[in-house]
Amino acid sequence: MKTMLTVISNALCRITGKNVGAQTVPELLIDLSEYVNLTSPAAHASAQAQRQPPKPPPVSTRSSAASQLARAQLDQLDGPGARVAVTRNFADFTPQVTFDIKKCDLHRLEAGPPVKAELTREQGLQYYRTMQMVRRVELKADQLYKQKIIRGFCHLYDGQEACAAGIEAAISPSDHLITAYRAHGYTYTRGVSIRQILAELTGRKGGVAKGKGGSMHMYAPHFYGGNGIVGAQVPLGAGIALACQYRGNNQVCVTLYGDGAANQGQLFETFNMAALWKLPCVFICENNKYGMGTAVERAAASTDYYKRGDFIPGLRVDGMDVLSVREATRFAADHCRAGKGPIVMELQTYRYHGHSMSDPGVSYRTREEIQEVRSKSDPISLLRERMLSNNMASAEEFKEMDVEIRKEVDDAAQFATSDPEPPLEDLCNHVFSNNPPLDVRGTHPWSKLKSVS
Amino acid sequence: QASIRLRMKSVTVRDALNQAMDEELERDERVFLMGEEVAQYDGAYKVSRGLWKKYGDKRIIDTPISEMGFAGIAVGAAMAGLRPICEFMTFNFSMQAIDQVINSAAKTYYMSAGLQPVPIVFRGPNGASAGVAAQHSQCFAAWYAHCPGLKVVSPWNSEDAKGLLKSAIRDDNPVVFLENELMYGVPFEMSEDSQSKDFTIPIGKAKIERQGNHVTLVSHSRFVGHCLDAAAVLAKEGIECEVINLRTIRPMDVESIETSVMKTNHLVTVEGGWPQFGVGAEICARVMEGSAFNFLDAPVTRVTGVDIPMPYAKILEDHSLPQVKDIIFSVKKTLNV
Repeated sequence: MKTMLTVISNALCRITGKNVGAQTVPELLIDLSEYVNLTSPAAHASAQAQRQPPKPPPVSTRSSAASQLARAQLDQLDGPGARVAVTRNFADFTPQVTFDIKKCDLHRLEAGPPVKAELTREQGLQYYRTMQMVRRVELKADQLYKQKIIRGFCHLYDGQEACAAGIEAAISPSDHLITAYRAHGYTYTRGVSIRQILAELTGRKGGVAKGKGGSMHMYAPHFYGGNGIVGAQVPLGAGIALACQYRGNNQVCVTLYGDGAANQGQLFETFNMAALWKLPCVFICENNKYGMGTAVERAAASTDYYKRGDFIPGLRVDGMDVLSVREATRFAADHCRAGKGPIVMELQTYRYHGHSMSDPGVSYRTREEIQEVRSKSDPISLLRERMLSNNMASAEEFKEMDVEIRKEVDDAAQFATSDPEPPLEDLCNHVFSNNPPLDVRGTHPWSKLKSVS
Repeated sequence: QASIRLRMKSVTVRDALNQAMDEELERDERVFLMGEEVAQYDGAYKVSRGLWKKYGDKRIIDTPISEMGFAGIAVGAAMAGLRPICEFMTFNFSMQAIDQVINSAAKTYYMSAGLQPVPIVFRGPNGASAGVAAQHSQCFAAWYAHCPGLKVVSPWNSEDAKGLLKSAIRDDNPVVFLENELMYGVPFEMSEDSQSKDFTIPIGKAKIERQGNHVTLVSHSRFVGHCLDAAAVLAKEGIECEVINLRTIRPMDVESIETSVMKTNHLVTVEGGWPQFGVGAEICARVMEGSAFNFLDAPVTRVTGVDIPMPYAKILEDHSLPQVKDIIFSVKKTLNV
């Protein structure tokens, strides 16, 4: 199996001009995804055979996969509206619409992303599904946290869904992404199942990190977490971009951080090196207006986060509109792939929850403000209204999707609450990679524990 | 015997480190070196001399003075599958980057339950130099060795330097490689075997540099030499020291120490770092908890740096670190002679 992996990997290297081949089957699948549609059952099954792998992400710009997905969803339903939708002819809907999107503020850029975005019906349903799934997972996490089934830190992403969905729509699975601790949305868009996400939050062995990481430490191929130390992920992201440049594989690394992290010194060290070496790094600041309890005006001498890269070009984007996010990310990624070096993107967005579950989120902002964003700028509503008013889908379809998504989330939560905790034998494992077993001292000298890779 | 001696080569620690990096750069395309002055300057201490000329900008990367930034970049590159060697001009500067070493490198394999390895080497000179004063003289062995998820290596001679650095680079885990600036220029005889391109020394195994029956001396890095000097003097008085070169601080080869103590019944640890919570302190605790405790005829003695920031004036600096006479004195006290 390993020789075959090397043979295929070397062949791919010759085709692509890469110098370093894939080392594991999941990496190979990601490389192959550049060339073949990997949503076939065979590829899925072989990936499953290796280790706890993520499913290929549902958000894809390949419309054939999308329409398969959309149809499959509807076929599975058994709620009251189902029969009506199935018999409706898809030809009744507008297949594609071009929408006007907000012009971006630009820094050191002659031109920005297009001001029009094309949306197909399939794409729209897919983006909707992704965002709604993230929304429901976060709300379920809220519930489970209040029931004390989730412990410790839990930083929720509801309100910011358009960012994760839009970014993933603009890049490919072979690109890379790293973010900070408000990471559940990205964990999903990068391919981890909601079962594995929720089970990680509840600290069970079925979690993506076997229960050992928790909310802030979830990983997948080409997704580097989930990072707890504010700002530390930014140099890491530039390092991943360096690896892309080193290998000459035309991939980019999307490196996310918040308005709070934007004031960290290590970001500026990173901007300097990324610009100096023209690293293919898309730096994205998710500006949700508050760094924990501190409003941006109280933390930053300049709140023009898209300009903070100074010599690095930047753009400021409406982060509540999934199409704006997609177009801007595509523009930014193209900039990097063209060898022009890094770029900074500021996404103006909003989080409904407080900083974490221990923050009610209303001591530093008004309930009126939160309500206003919900009613006027909710990313999911915005997309739905757009599609409905252009006859791209029906209200029943959305309702059915909502029902189905709720069910999926409930099933995942069921798994996450019933799956056993990791066995104590696992306590000391995974300290070192590819290492012979070693002894680990327990809490007292007679407790001699074992660690395997 | 003569023909074997002819095949031994005198190699400085600096050249041994250089050879190790050169060989590993050649062997594996994913290996690269980054740090301040490592490329066009040939290395602040010339350890990477000639490498940039041979391998170019892509593999030997000069960085700006941005430790936290470039250490993070190196860790990110390792996460993405490359095998970086991140040089700190001295480990004193690693303090600025210590979050990346510990939180991003050391802990990640565990937090991800095995999904994300970090095959990186952090290397550079550690501990006291000569006249560089307090901010440039700290020993970080104890700080890094405290943390699970890291391997911490501290070579003494050229063979150690070459074999352990090659192992560190080939290791799929974060390795902190503590060199010593005062040792760079010191030549050692290297065996024919150790000149091979595949010569490695396993991480986690100590070496008995000198056999003896009366007392065990355990040390790492430069002070192994001091222990051997002390042993030579003590031998004239009929005291035979067994000198153990730890080579690796974490995971520590406690078994070798215990086996030796069960033979000699006396133990003296020697290090350049400060006494509190140090390498010697850990050895004391481990020996007490293990099988060798009952074989001790006296409490373990620690010989360490003086518990002060390093002064500048030569006379003060000389008295801030263990001297050979301090080791001799401590051995005799431990043996009660």
